[in-house]
Amino acid sequence: MVTEHRIDIRGCQVAYQRGGKGEPLLLLHGMDGRASWDSVLSRLTEHHDVILPDHPGFGASGSGEWIDDMADLALFYLDFLDALQIEQCHLAGHCLGGWLAAEVSVMQPQRFKSLSLCAAAGIRVDGCPMGDAFLWNPDDTIGQLIVDPQARETMRAKQSSERDIELMLKARQMSARLAWHPRFHNPHLRKWLHRLTMPTMIQWGESDRLFPVAYAHGYHAMIPHAQLHLYRDCGHFPMLEATDRYLEHLNAFTAKASA
Amino acid sequence: MKFYSFHLMPYGALDLDYVEKHVSASLVLPNTYYDPQIGHQLYNRYLDELELADELGFDGVCVNEHHQSAYGLMPTPAVMAGALSRSVKRGKICILGRALPLLSNPLSVAEEYAMLDNITGGRFIAGFVRGIGVEYHATGVNPTYSLERFHEAHDLIIRAWTEEGPFPFEGKHYSYNYVNLWPRPFQQPHPDVWIPSGGSLETIRWASDPKRKYVYLNVYSNVDVACGLMDTYRNCAEAYGYTASSEQLGMALPIYVAETDAIARREAKPHIEAFFNKFLRMTNEMLLPPGYTSVSSLKTLLITSRETLMANHSLEAVDKLGMFLVGSPETVRERLAEFEQRLGIGHLCAIMQFGSLPHAQTKRNLELFAEEVMPHFRAKVTAGSCA
Repeated sequence: MVTEHRIDIRGCQVAYQRGGKGEPLLLLHGMDGRASWDSVLSRLTEHHDVILPDHPGFGASGSGEWIDDMADLALFYLDFLDALQIEQCHLAGHCLGGWLAAEVSVMQPQRFKSLSLCAAAGIRVDGCPMGDAFLWNPDDTIGQLIVDPQARETMRAKQSSERDIELMLKARQMSARLAWHPRFHNPHLRKWLHRLTMPTMIQWGESDRLFPVAYAHGYHAMIPHAQLHLYRDCGHFPMLEATDRYLEHLNAFTAKASA
Repeated sequence: MKFYSFHLMPYGALDLDYVEKHVSASLVLPNTYYDPQIGHQLYNRYLDELELADELGFDGVCVNEHHQSAYGLMPTPAVMAGALSRSVKRGKICILGRALPLLSNPLSVAEEYAMLDNITGGRFIAGFVRGIGVEYHATGVNPTYSLERFHEAHDLIIRAWTEEGPFPFEGKHYSYNYVNLWPRPFQQPHPDVWIPSGGSLETIRWASDPKRKYVYLNVYSNVDVACGLMDTYRNCAEAYGYTASSEQLGMALPIYVAETDAIARREAKPHIEAFFNKFLRMTNEMLLPPGYTSVSSLKTLLITSRETLMANHSLEAVDKLGMFLVGSPETVRERLAEFEQRLGIGHLCAIMQFGSLPHAQTKRNLELFAEEVMPHFRAKVTAGSCA
């Protein structure tokens, strides 16, 4: 049973969902916000006590106008874990949230039993440009991020309410604040990835056109002990387009890391 | 009313069929479309046109800044202003303006403007803008900090012009141990400041503040919208406790005058339509990057005017909307008198060359406007208001 919560962290209201049985898993969403986790959340709660917050500036959380960059946001999440009195947990992040997960775990590696990076921003692979998500229109975005033609059509046919548009614009604005320049990465992060000594897993869609699969290999080269799972016929959202394999790998990985 | 000849210096030889392959004449249009041989001719031709405007009695000439675009070829407008500073003998030279947030060292604007002000002996007008949305894609500068950077850079420049140096400047985006401007500006306390803008309430309120009283220059709004924005400025001024004069308000728009209405419309049609539909063509994502505009105004734009952002403008439509003045001298005089009366503006920045308009037509446009239109508006300062 997943329930909605709110907590004040240094003047910023954080809205989050929490529920499930097992060890706590902090799940950090990507630039599109919490929505892409909706359909898999209940399955994740079968094996984890899932904590899924809206980042400051996203969804139902406060604007966090003093949060200027990813280092601020990473430290903010350490405060968030302190406030929830979670001393140790598993950590998983997707896209922008994958970058955030890497930053947080570099800061306090002993706090995380495992780290899973899915289609994660955070590094740049020279000679292999990322997609320019800020230049894609809504229609392009679906085409670039989703592989399955039927899933694309379903998403395109979906009517956006005024509230949906507002959430989308908020998400884009906060993503831009954090990731416009340097684009979706921290040039210094790679210097510190050796601190990720916890069990680490990299999950990636082979057809991701925002962070091409070379970025999965880039992370893998910098975190050699990590497991690497690539999904065929899958774009930027493995939890949507390769749901079973994504969950199977994540569940087995966190179970082993807990043992 | 005062008249200025405003040149965008577009790549007039642009192959307009580019639209079959590319979504915009900015950012993504390959620069192989640019021929330096033609560019050499165009730059010199455009400078000639501004020098002619000065000889014809315009009160000033204006240039501005755009990046990575066929729409305007002045990434560094001070190069043009510098070239004009020795040949324009009577009128003012206006840079409308430099895009402050795009700069990592905005003190360079204080320096370059002060140089121009010194060379011209105070015939310089200083424009400050945020830059258009697409330029945040072109420069990598984060659009969510656009407004913060604009205000901070502005404060730095004004302080550099008016305070004794050296002094330190400690900002969030810009900081200096030493601000000590050589040369100081010629005009005291500093050159007149103009704020060209589409016109958000925040910008207008800021510009009209009695500490500033900057000239608000509306760009490319239709006349009804512009009218509302001029009222906004006057209302802000009243709320501050003073009455804004027409000298604080201006409008920039393309104008074309020929012997008769029919000739003017026939000659202008392909060029003004190219200007609005090909040179200015842009996607929403280029025009409005995240954070450049607030979420609430962006939402309103997306919900209410998704189609009009990229509308196809005909000459007839832009004429009707008052985004373009076209016709015989008599027609343009009448229309302009109506504008002056409704808008209560004291400055008109006339874009006499637009898009692909060739030199011969631009020259005659300048001559007819200067001889047949401008004299009718001289020595009148309106304190008008929008009816």
